[in-house]
Amino acid sequence: MSRAFTPKVVTANALLEGDAVWLTEDNRWSRDIREAELITDEAHGDLRLLEAQARADEIAGAYLADAKAGENGPEPTHFRETFRTRGPSNYAHGKQVELSDV
Amino acid sequence: MYKYNDFDEGFVRSRVAQFRGQVERRIDGSLTEDEFKPLRLMNGLYLQLHAYMLRVAVPYGTLNSGQMRQLAYIADKWDKGYGHFTTRQNIQYNWPKLADVPDMLSALADVEMHAIQTSGNTIRNVTADHFAGAAADEIEDPRAIAELLRQWSTDHPEFQFLPRKFKIAVTGATEDRAVTKAHDIGLRMVRNDAGEPGFEVIVGGGLGRTPMVGKVLREFLPKADLLPYCEAIVSVYNLLGRRDNKYKARIKITVHENGLEKIQALVEERFASIRETFSGHDQALLKDIEAAFAPPAYVEKSTDGYEAARLANPAFRSWTDTNLSAHKADGYAIVSISIKKHGATPGDATSDQMRVMADLAEKYGHNELRISHEQNVILPHVHKSDLAAVYAALREADLATANIGLVSDIIACPGMDYCALATARSIPIAQEIATRFDELKIEHDIGQLKIKISGCINACGHHHVGHIGILGLDRAGVENYQITLGGDGTQTTSIGERAGPGFSADEIVPAIERLVTGYLDLRTNADETFLQTYRRLGMAPFKAILYPAEDKANAA
Ligand code: HEM
Ligand code: SF4
Repeated sequence: MSRAFTPKVVTANALLEGDAVWLTEDNRWSRDIREAELITDEAHGDLRLLEAQARADEIAGAYLADAKAGENGPEPTHFRETFRTRGPSNYAHGKQVELSDV
Repeated sequence: MYKYNDFDEGFVRSRVAQFRGQVERRIDGSLTEDEFKPLRLMNGLYLQLHAYMLRVAVPYGTLNSGQMRQLAYIADKWDKGYGHFTTRQNIQYNWPKLADVPDMLSALADVEMHAIQTSGNTIRNVTADHFAGAAADEIEDPRAIAELLRQWSTDHPEFQFLPRKFKIAVTGATEDRAVTKAHDIGLRMVRNDAGEPGFEVIVGGGLGRTPMVGKVLREFLPKADLLPYCEAIVSVYNLLGRRDNKYKARIKITVHENGLEKIQALVEERFASIRETFSGHDQALLKDIEAAFAPPAYVEKSTDGYEAARLANPAFRSWTDTNLSAHKADGYAIVSISIKKHGATPGDATSDQMRVMADLAEKYGHNELRISHEQNVILPHVHKSDLAAVYAALREADLATANIGLVSDIIACPGMDYCALATARSIPIAQEIATRFDELKIEHDIGQLKIKISGCINACGHHHVGHIGILGLDRAGVENYQITLGGDGTQTTSIGERAGPGFSADEIVPAIERLVTGYLDLRTNADETFLQTYRRLGMAPFKAILYPAEDKANAA
């Protein structure tokens, strides 16, 4: 029996800006985790990660992060990933500004 | 101050050009991230949680006004208008874009600065007493030695791929403001029986996963032997240091596993064999460097106005009580500018604030500034008659907080608000503690107390040597904060002891408040510091304060 697989998203840092990006089902890198492909199958996750890692001229440091299905798309389950979706807590910098008017 | 010669200038410029090419090749896809990463790290460029981060060295913490203004310019042009001063006398920019970094490095080179060896397994930025050249208790200005070490270590072919990063700190004073015992090599200037200056050489100190207090390798090393001796230490480490396990690679482990005697014997042997290859060129160089660090032209002026201003203005008096230190020249003071306004991010200065500090240094401070390992900025030479004017200008720039050495003068690493390695946040905890004690208005009654916070076990925030140390951890997906007590980073270095189970993010600030107000009841009088009280009473009463319920349960 295989162990339970918790859903994942493929995430990385954008090459030029360095900010967090997520891989969408149609192979874009989105700045918004809600657009990410929520992966529920382990083998598919491994494959998507390999595909992501091959795109070295767009991103750096791709990995699989735990996520869950939310009302508007995938949501992070760990606080580290939550911070990556919004930016630092000491200033309104990073995604919390960029995405506030989306 | 030291001025670049043609070699230095050419070297730094060629590194910028080289890196520009590497960035271009990364962007056009001809370099993979695996190929590029070591190259960017050699130039101080990290990839963090939300952006890249550029770490710029401020060698031995010394800057002039022009350099500080350039740091402000870089913050405005390529970052978000501020920079973060760190415990290793660096400045970090948190938001650069990859394509801009070569221009940033070029702008740094324009003012004789760089980011070389601010990362990687090399000898990092050499740090020094932030009161160097000014402190009343100083034997000699340690910066000439630090500069010599920098020139020797920069791009040293043998030491570019050490088992792990390597940090050297130097002090020329009796009071240790450079945390020498928590460095890979700590150098403390001392005099021998004949009155000649030399160094006590300490080795194998460090924080991080396995904190250790450095051990004395040589009680007295003549000044002239310094480079060959350091070269011998690093060579021995390069050979013996463990490359099989990153967590056991620092020289502290090498010393621990091999024993001090064996290291001592190997270093002396190596030293004997290389001593004569340092034919004296290094000493000629040192003479030139020492001349560059000649003391400024001090002036003689009355300090009557200063005394009058102190009497007339209690806020100014309070600031002079906490933020000034004794200077070696008559009529002068060392000014510590607090970059720890209550509720602000420790160590962050805006570009406007950097320019104000640069202007003040130029107008009143012989054009010199220092970055302290406690994340503050120092004006090392200010005449007392100018202090009221300096204070007024600082106040206007939100830089006049009178809290140096007090409970809100907290060292905090970037933690999980920026750092990719973090397990919890540090900055909000520091902000909340400072704000809380400001509201309680007891900060000055509490007196000298060092709180230091790190967001993971790497201990960048020096929590092990904080009187109160806070370590942020991830406990089952929730931020959790562990407290250590009794750490000390001065000449009486000690590593703090864990108090017990950690606290949640909601509980940590109240726990610190209980601890500190509890200390007020425990101290014998207002002169007994937190650390002294802890050393007198030990952990037990503080533990009882931190874990009251548990204490009752045990008593039942
Ligand atoms: C945000 C980027 C940073 C990263 C990725 C980083 C990384 C690290 C790592 C991996 C270590 C452990 C090294 C070891 O023990 O082998 C370490 C230690 C340390 N870092 Fe940082 N750090 C960062 C920022 C800072 C800042 C902002 C400061 C100062 C406020 C700092 C100062 C130190 C110090 C003093 C140590 C201590 C330990 C020692 O060498 O014994 N670092 N850092
Ligand atoms: S202590 Fe940890 S979290 Fe803090 S800066 Fe260092 S590596 Fe990052």
